[in-house]
Amino acid sequence: MTATIDRPQTARPDPAPRRLSSAKRTRRVTRPLQYLALAGYIVFLGFPLLFLLITAFKTPQELQSAAPSFLPQSLNFDNFTQATEKANLIPAALNSLIVSVATTLIVTVISLPAAYALARFKTKLRTVATGWILLSQVFPFILIIIPLFLVLKQIGLINSLVGLILVYTVWSLPFALWMLQGYVAGIPVELEEAGAMDGGSRLLVLRKIILPLLAPGLVATSLFTFISAWNEFFFALVLIQDPALQTLPLTLARFVGAEGQVQLGQLAAASLLATIPSLVFFALIQKRLTSGLLSGAVKG
Amino acid sequence: MTSTLDSRPRAGTPTPTAPPKKRRRSRVGGGGGRDAWLLVLPALIPVLLFSVYPLAQGLLLGFTDSKAGLNATVSFNGVDNYTQLMGNELFWNSFRIGLIWAFGVTILQFFASLGLALLLNLDLKIRWIARTLALVPWAMPPVIIAIMWRLMLNPTYGPINEGMRAIGLPGDINWLGDFSTALPAVIVVGVWAGMPQTTITLLAGLQNVPTDLHEAASIDGAGAFKRFWHVTLPALRPIIVAITTLDLIWNFNSFALVYVLTAGGPGGQTMLPMLFAYNEAFRYGNFGYAAAMGNVMVVVIGIFLFFYLRSQARSRIS
Repeated sequence: MTATIDRPQTARPDPAPRRLSSAKRTRRVTRPLQYLALAGYIVFLGFPLLFLLITAFKTPQELQSAAPSFLPQSLNFDNFTQATEKANLIPAALNSLIVSVATTLIVTVISLPAAYALARFKTKLRTVATGWILLSQVFPFILIIIPLFLVLKQIGLINSLVGLILVYTVWSLPFALWMLQGYVAGIPVELEEAGAMDGGSRLLVLRKIILPLLAPGLVATSLFTFISAWNEFFFALVLIQDPALQTLPLTLARFVGAEGQVQLGQLAAASLLATIPSLVFFALIQKRLTSGLLSGAVKG
Repeated sequence: MTSTLDSRPRAGTPTPTAPPKKRRRSRVGGGGGRDAWLLVLPALIPVLLFSVYPLAQGLLLGFTDSKAGLNATVSFNGVDNYTQLMGNELFWNSFRIGLIWAFGVTILQFFASLGLALLLNLDLKIRWIARTLALVPWAMPPVIIAIMWRLMLNPTYGPINEGMRAIGLPGDINWLGDFSTALPAVIVVGVWAGMPQTTITLLAGLQNVPTDLHEAASIDGAGAFKRFWHVTLPALRPIIVAITTLDLIWNFNSFALVYVLTAGGPGGQTMLPMLFAYNEAFRYGNFGYAAAMGNVMVVVIGIFLFFYLRSQARSRIS
C-alpha cells in the first residue's frame, strides 16, 4: 500500500496525534498476536512441503527406523535416481510434456483471435461467450466425460495422446479466453486508432502494436494453460488406459497404491520432480496471473 | 474528504487495466459482426464439438439406459434412472458426504483465507514467506498434494502422529483409514489445497478497500473490529460472494485429491459424488445411470446457487 503514506497529512484534522498514540498502544498488544497467527499459517502451509522434501532425501533404513530423526542423515539423491529408473517416470514425463506443450500451443493460437474479438467487439457473442465460460464451471466433469468418452471412442481417439490433447484444449479454453480478453481490454483502443490513422493496415496494427503489448499477458496465459494440462488427472484417468501412454499424474497415482514404507522416499522424490515444471512456471507468472484474474473479474 | 474519486488505491497489484477513458463506439459497434465471428470461429468449433455437444448429450444420456459395451443399444427410459436413484441409499449417502465436504472445505477455507489475507495486508516483516507459501498449492498437481498429505498422515511414519506421540497423545491414529477421522482429514487437505485462490482474491479485494473510509471511521472512534465489520466487510462483499460461490462449485466437483487420498474409503466414508459416479460409469459401465447422477448434482448445485446469489443480490439492494 503506497497510497496510505502521503494522504493523512493533508486530510487529518487536529485530534489525530492523541488518537495515534492510543493506536500505538493497542498495536503493541496486537502485533505479537499477529505474528503468532502468521507463524501458524506459515507452519500449516509450509510444513507439508518441507516434509515432502525431507522424505525425498531419506534412505529406506531411515524411513523404517523405529525412532526416525526429523532431518535426513545425509543429502543422498538415491531416491531421485531410483525413482526415475523405476516407475517409467521418464516416458510418463515425456507424455505429459507432449500433451502439455501441444495443448498450450493450440489453445494460444485459437484463443488469441477469439479473445481479441470478445474484448473489442461488444456484440451478443460476448454475452454468450461469457455465459458459457461461467456455465462450463458449474457442470460436473462426469456429465461431459461420458459422452466425450463415447465420441472419442467412435473416432478412435481413446487411448491416444491426440485425444487427450483435444480434451485438454477444449477444457482449458474458457479460462484462457477469459484471462486473455482481460489483457486485450487493458490495451487502450486509442493506440489501434492512432496506428490506423498513420496508415497501417489492420493486420499491421495488430502485429506491430497490439501483439507486443499483449505479449506478457499472452505468456502468462500460455504458461497457465501448460500448468493446467501438466497437472490434470481426471480426464487422463478416464481416457488413457495404455500404460505406455500414461501421463505423470497417472503414473504417480498408480505408484501410490503399491507403496510400502520402503518406497516412500522414492515416491516423495518422484513427486518433487513432477512438481518442478509447474512451480517454476507458476513463479514466473504469479503476479500477472493474480492481477489478470482480477481484471478479468472486474470486466467480466 | 473530497478526494475519494481519484484516490481509489490500486496499489499492490499492477493491473493491466487502462484508465477508463471513454470508449469510441464508432469503430467497435459497427460492421464488426462478421469479423468477430471469423475471429472466434477457430475457438468456437472445438468448443461446440467437444464441449457443448457432449454436455448436451450427457444431459440426455441421464434419461437413457446407456451402458458400456460394444453393441449395446441405447434407448430412452424416461425417469427410470431417477426412480432407481431415489432408492439408492449408497448414492444419497455419497451425496451427503459430498455436501459435508463441499461446505466444510468452502467455509473453513474462507475463514482461513480471510485471516491470512488480513495478515498479509498488514505491514508485517515476514509476510512474503507466507505469501509465497500460500501460492504454492495452486501450482501443485492435485495428485501430488494428495501424495504429500498421505505422507503427512501416514500412521507410522507421518509427522502428525509423531508430534502427537511427543506430547503424550495417542499417536497411532490411522487418519485416512479410520471411519471417524477420514472425512475430517480429507477436508483439512482440501482446505490446504484450495487456499491460494481464495486468499489472493480476498487480499486483492482488501487492497481495493478505500483507505479514506478506514480513516474516517477511526476518526469517528471506531475500533479495529468495528472498522472491519462496518467498513472492510461490506466493501469486500461482492468478492466474498464470487469466490465462495466458485469455491463451492469447484469443491463439489473435485475428484483427483480425494481419489488419490482415499479412493472413497474407508467403507465409503469419503465417497464424494464425483467418485461415486466415476465408479458407476467406468468401473461398472452404467453410463446412463452415472449421467443421471450428474444431472442430479447439477440440479442441486443450481438450486443452491440460485438461492445463495439471490439472497446476496437482495441484501445488497436493501
